[in-house]
Amino acid sequence: MTEPKPFVNIRNAQKSYGTLEVLKDISLQVARGEIVAIIGPSGSGKSTLLRAINDLDPLTGGEVWLEDTQINKKLPHRQYEKHINQVRQDIGMVFQHFNLFPHLSVRENVTLAPKLLKGLSDDAAEALAREQLDKVGLLDRIDYYPSRLSGGQKQRVAIARALAMKPKVMLFDEATSALDPELVEEVNLVMKKLAEEHMTMIIVTHEMGFAETVCDRVIFMDKGVVVEEGPPSKIFRNPDNERTQNFLRKHLANANR
Amino acid sequence: MDFDLILRVYPFFIEAAWVTVQLSVLTTLLGLACGTLGAMARLSRLRVFRMIGAVYVSVFRGTPALIQLFILYFGGPQFGLHLDAFTAGVIGLGVNIGAYMTETIRGAIIAIDKGQTEAARTVGLSRFQTMRYVILPQAARLMIRPLGVNINALIKGTALVAAISVVELTYTAQRFIGSTYKPFEMFMISGALYMIIIYATGRGITWLDRKARIV
Ligand SMILES: Nc1ncnc2c1ncn2[C@@H]1O[C@H](COP(=O)(O)OP(=O)(O)OP(=O)(O)O)[C@@H](O)[C@H]1O
Ligand SMILES: [Mg+2]
Repeated sequence: MTEPKPFVNIRNAQKSYGTLEVLKDISLQVARGEIVAIIGPSGSGKSTLLRAINDLDPLTGGEVWLEDTQINKKLPHRQYEKHINQVRQDIGMVFQHFNLFPHLSVRENVTLAPKLLKGLSDDAAEALAREQLDKVGLLDRIDYYPSRLSGGQKQRVAIARALAMKPKVMLFDEATSALDPELVEEVNLVMKKLAEEHMTMIIVTHEMGFAETVCDRVIFMDKGVVVEEGPPSKIFRNPDNERTQNFLRKHLANANR
Repeated sequence: MDFDLILRVYPFFIEAAWVTVQLSVLTTLLGLACGTLGAMARLSRLRVFRMIGAVYVSVFRGTPALIQLFILYFGGPQFGLHLDAFTAGVIGLGVNIGAYMTETIRGAIIAIDKGQTEAARTVGLSRFQTMRYVILPQAARLMIRPLGVNINALIKGTALVAAISVVELTYTAQRFIGSTYKPFEMFMISGALYMIIIYATGRGITWLDRKARIV
């Protein structure tokens, strides 16, 4: 039997800030269409790992591949810039604090990159903006500026902005952590919709309920290593590792407080 | 106060005020150009450019503008650089205020949240595109007021070029004191005209700032 070739392939990822080792030899394969959750305590290196995938926080050791392309190639500056700008078009990223462009309307937020990078005509860009905003349920906000949107709406626009580049993978770094509790669900619904469309997703989250219902696999990280991984049912209901058990117990206690 | 005298000489002061305005406008434009280049140098990826930017700022902020002006106007001819007083004034003051504007522009750029750059880079925008379409439009709004402070200082600084005999407001006052022996009146006229120029400029800046804010 042959394993399906990994879509995203992280090999022996290492990252240090000075003497602080944040990622210690992490390997992680994600298949096309797979949805992976990364959980773990604060400071365990989840964001660092996620941000290494599009080389936003370059690794100090190891490789990251998307299909047949190595993302963190060592190249002379000019060539590297060209390469990375190209591969990043295939990797959508959603941040905890949205990072919408406040000086641009919702429409312009979504179409800026496709227009600049794919040379879309005005008409094509308009159609694209409408398509993506419709998908996140915000077509009626197309003319708004970000300052007039709620947190949940901002995050949905941020997702539409990422999707407008037609990425092969979506990375989410605590996409709902900055939201008021009543706004979390609308963002989760959008992510569920993407899951149904078999978008490949890597999701750093503190929401165990969401991870359990949406994800195919859960990675538990602590202190820069993958402690345990497996299907959600296994990780959440019956984890092998003591550190996983402790983390989940503490997390549940906090969530119920 | 000798009002008759004031009425007799004020046309010359109006002419001088026009020279001050021209000096101010040209100096502002040159200052903005130098400031933009300086800020780009200071924010460059390359160490050489960062060093050049840093030296530019510390030299021109660290010495009196008057000395810089004298070096250019009186020292220049020693090296074959013959400039008329007005041109020397614009270049001297413009390059000087450019050093201040460098810091203003750089400050506004680095005040933009790092998340903006990250968001732009993750969708695939280049460094240049990120600067051009995401960072600068936001920073431009932030820099209007502090640049206004620079411009205010620059307008007052144009008085220095009287020392290289550009016939502007300060020089004109001094010249008429020689013939009228009324320093109070002469400096009052100049002062009042400076105030009008500065007030009008301030209103313009406020208007721009408010306009840029409406989104
Ligand atoms: N630029 C940096 N310089 C130095 N240390 C850093 C830097 N960025 C992150 N770290 C450190 O790396 C470690 C991992 O950080 P990371 O943000 O990846 O954790 P995380 O698992 O995402 O945590 P959280 O749940 O709080 O977001 C932390 O100890 C953090 O202090
Ligand atoms: Mg994090």
